[in-house]
Amino acid sequence: MGKTSVGKGIRGSEGRYGWTFIAPAILIIGVFLVVPIFLALYVSFSNWNGLGSPIGNSSLVGGDNYAKVLVDSGLAQRDFGTSIRNNFYYVLLVVPLQTALALFLAVQVNRRVLRGRGFFRTAFYFPSVTSSVAITTIFIFLFTASGAVNTLLGWLGINGPNWFADPSGIIHNLLKGVGVTSAPPLFNEGGPLGLTWWDWVSGPSVAMCVLIILAVFTTSGTFMLLFLAALQNIGAEIDEAAEMDGAGPMRKFFSVTLPMLKPTLFTVLTLGLIGTWQVFDQIYLTGKGAPGKTLLTPAFLAYDTSFKGLNWGEGAAISFILFLIIVALTLLQRYILRDRDTGRGAIRRAQKADRELHEEAARAAR
Amino acid sequence: MTTGIETVRIAAEPADIARPPARKVHLSARTRTTMLLSYLVLIAIALIYIYPFLISIAGSFKTDADATQNPLSLLPQTWSFAAYERLFTTVPLLQWTGNSAIVAIVVTFSRVFLDSLAGYALSRLRFRGRNVVFAAVIAVMAVPNVVLLIPRFLILKELGLYNSYAGMIIPLIVDAAGIFIMKQFFESIPVSVEEAARIDGAGVFRTFWTVVLPMARPALITLFILSFQGSWNEFAHFVISRQSTDLNTLTTGVASLTSGELGTGNQYPLQLAAAVLMSIPVAVIFFIFQRRIMSTSEGGEKG
Repeated sequence: MGKTSVGKGIRGSEGRYGWTFIAPAILIIGVFLVVPIFLALYVSFSNWNGLGSPIGNSSLVGGDNYAKVLVDSGLAQRDFGTSIRNNFYYVLLVVPLQTALALFLAVQVNRRVLRGRGFFRTAFYFPSVTSSVAITTIFIFLFTASGAVNTLLGWLGINGPNWFADPSGIIHNLLKGVGVTSAPPLFNEGGPLGLTWWDWVSGPSVAMCVLIILAVFTTSGTFMLLFLAALQNIGAEIDEAAEMDGAGPMRKFFSVTLPMLKPTLFTVLTLGLIGTWQVFDQIYLTGKGAPGKTLLTPAFLAYDTSFKGLNWGEGAAISFILFLIIVALTLLQRYILRDRDTGRGAIRRAQKADRELHEEAARAAR
Repeated sequence: MTTGIETVRIAAEPADIARPPARKVHLSARTRTTMLLSYLVLIAIALIYIYPFLISIAGSFKTDADATQNPLSLLPQTWSFAAYERLFTTVPLLQWTGNSAIVAIVVTFSRVFLDSLAGYALSRLRFRGRNVVFAAVIAVMAVPNVVLLIPRFLILKELGLYNSYAGMIIPLIVDAAGIFIMKQFFESIPVSVEEAARIDGAGVFRTFWTVVLPMARPALITLFILSFQGSWNEFAHFVISRQSTDLNTLTTGVASLTSGELGTGNQYPLQLAAAVLMSIPVAVIFFIFQRRIMSTSEGGEKG
C-alpha cells in the first residue's frame, strides 16, 4: 500500500545519501592514504634510492628488503628484532594498564555523590591534552639523574636509577636480584630475529619504563572520556534500577555496567593496541633509540632506515611488517572479544541480568 | 538470606532515610570510611597527574642552575623571566603559534563535520557496499602512520603540495578513528527517534542535521576535543610535509629546542616554558568544553 511505496522511496534515496555522505571521506582517504600505501608497497619491493619519483627510477628486487630484515642475519635483522622486543613489552604493559586505569577513573568521576567531580575530571584529562612533544620534554626533565622523581625516591630512601640513560632490562635486573647475572646455557642460543633468548626475556629497559609510565599517564584521560560518554549514555535509570533491585557496587559494575560498555571497551582496546605499536614521537625526542637501542621501536626504525639511512625499501618493508602485526593483533582481539550482538544486544543482556537480580531479590525477600 | 541481601542493598544506597536508626548509624559509618578512602585515593592520583605540570610552570621561571638543583620545588629561588624573553625574541615562537592555529582550526572543523557524515552513513544509511566501506575504514584505522610518512611525502611532492599549508592540512581533515567513534555512537542512539522524524517527512540530511547530531552531542564534543588536540599536537606529519622553517608548527619548533638545536647546556627552563606555552590553547579548549562534557544525553528517548 502507500506505506510500502514510501518505504521504497526512502530506501532508494538512502543509497544516494549514503554515498554522498561518505564521498568526502573516501576521497581524502583514497588520495592521501590508499594510493600512498600502494606506493609504499611498491617501494618495499624495490631498490629505490630516494632520488626522483620511485616509479621509473627503481626496479623490483623481489623480497630482498623483507629478507634483510627478517631472515638474513646482520645488523638490519638484529635492529628489527630489538625494536620488536622493545615494543612488545611496551604494548604488554601499556594497553592493560591504560584501559583499566581509564575505566576505573571514568567510573569514579561518574559517581553522582562525588564532590569535586569537575576537578578530578580536569586533573585526569589534562595530561591527555598536552602534545607528545610538550609532555616528553617535561618527562625528560622529571626523570634526569638528579631530577624530581629521583629526589622523591631519595626521600623514601631509594636510590633511583639514571632513567633515560639506563639500558638494563627490568626482568634481567629482577633475575640479578635472585643471583642470575648471565644467561643460563639454554638461553644463550639464538632465538628469533638475531637475538638470543636471553635478550628476548630482558623485559623493558629502565628507560622504556619511563615511556610506559608516560603513555599510561597521557592516554588514560582520553580513554576515560570515551568511557565517560558511554557511561552517561547508559543513563541513570538502568543504574538506579539495578541498585533498587539490590545489586551491590561490584555486582552492578560487572553484571550491568560492563556489558553495556562492551562496544566502548572494544573501541578503547583497539585504539590502544593500534596506538602503542606506533610509538614514534617520544623515541624521536628522547635520543632516537638510545640507550643501547632499548628505546628503538619498529615505527621509529622504519623512519630512521628510510629518511636517515636512505634504505627506503627496507624502511617501507619494516612498516609493512608492523602493519601486519597490528592487523593480526587487532583481528585476534576482535575474535577474543567477539559478541553475537553488540550495542542494543548488550542493553538487552544487561536488562536480562537486571531482571534476574530482581527475581533473586524477590525470592530472598520472601 | 535476608541479611545478605540487605547488606548489599544498603551499601548501594547510603542515603536511604527510611531505615531503622540503629542500623543506619552502624552502616553509614562504614560507608563514610569507604567514601573517605576513595577520596584519598582519588586525591592522590590527581596529585600525580597535576604535579608534573606545576613543576614545569615553576621550572620555567627558574634559572638554569636552580631548575637542575631544585627540580621539585614549586617556588623559584630567584624569579627569572629569561626563558620567556628568549622565546619571544630569539625563538620565533609567535610564528610557530600562528602556523599551529591555522592548521588546527581548519582540520578540527572539517574533521568533526566529515567524520560525522561518514559515521552516520555507515551506521544508519543502507547503501550497497556499506560493509565493504566499513571494513575499509577499519583497515585504514589499523594503518600505522609511519607507513604513510614516506609515501605521503611523495604524494605531496607529486601534487605540488609539499611545503605548503594545503599539504600540511588536507591529509588530516578526515580520520578513520573519528569515523569509527561516530559510527559506534550513532549505533547506540535508538532508531525510533529518527524513524519518528522520517515518518514526519524530514529528509535524510535534515534528520541527520536536526535530530541525530544534537543527540550525538557527547560524541561530537569528544571528537572536537580529540581533533583539535590531535591536529594541534600533530608532529610526525609536519616533519615530512614541510621543510621551510617558516612553516614550523609549535610541535616541530619545540622539538628542535628539546633536541638541543639552540646551543649547549640543558636549558630546562627554556624547554619547559615552551612546553607550558604550547599546552595553553588545548587546555583552554578543554576548560571551555568541560561543562558540556559533563552534560549527558540522558533521557533522549523519554518522550
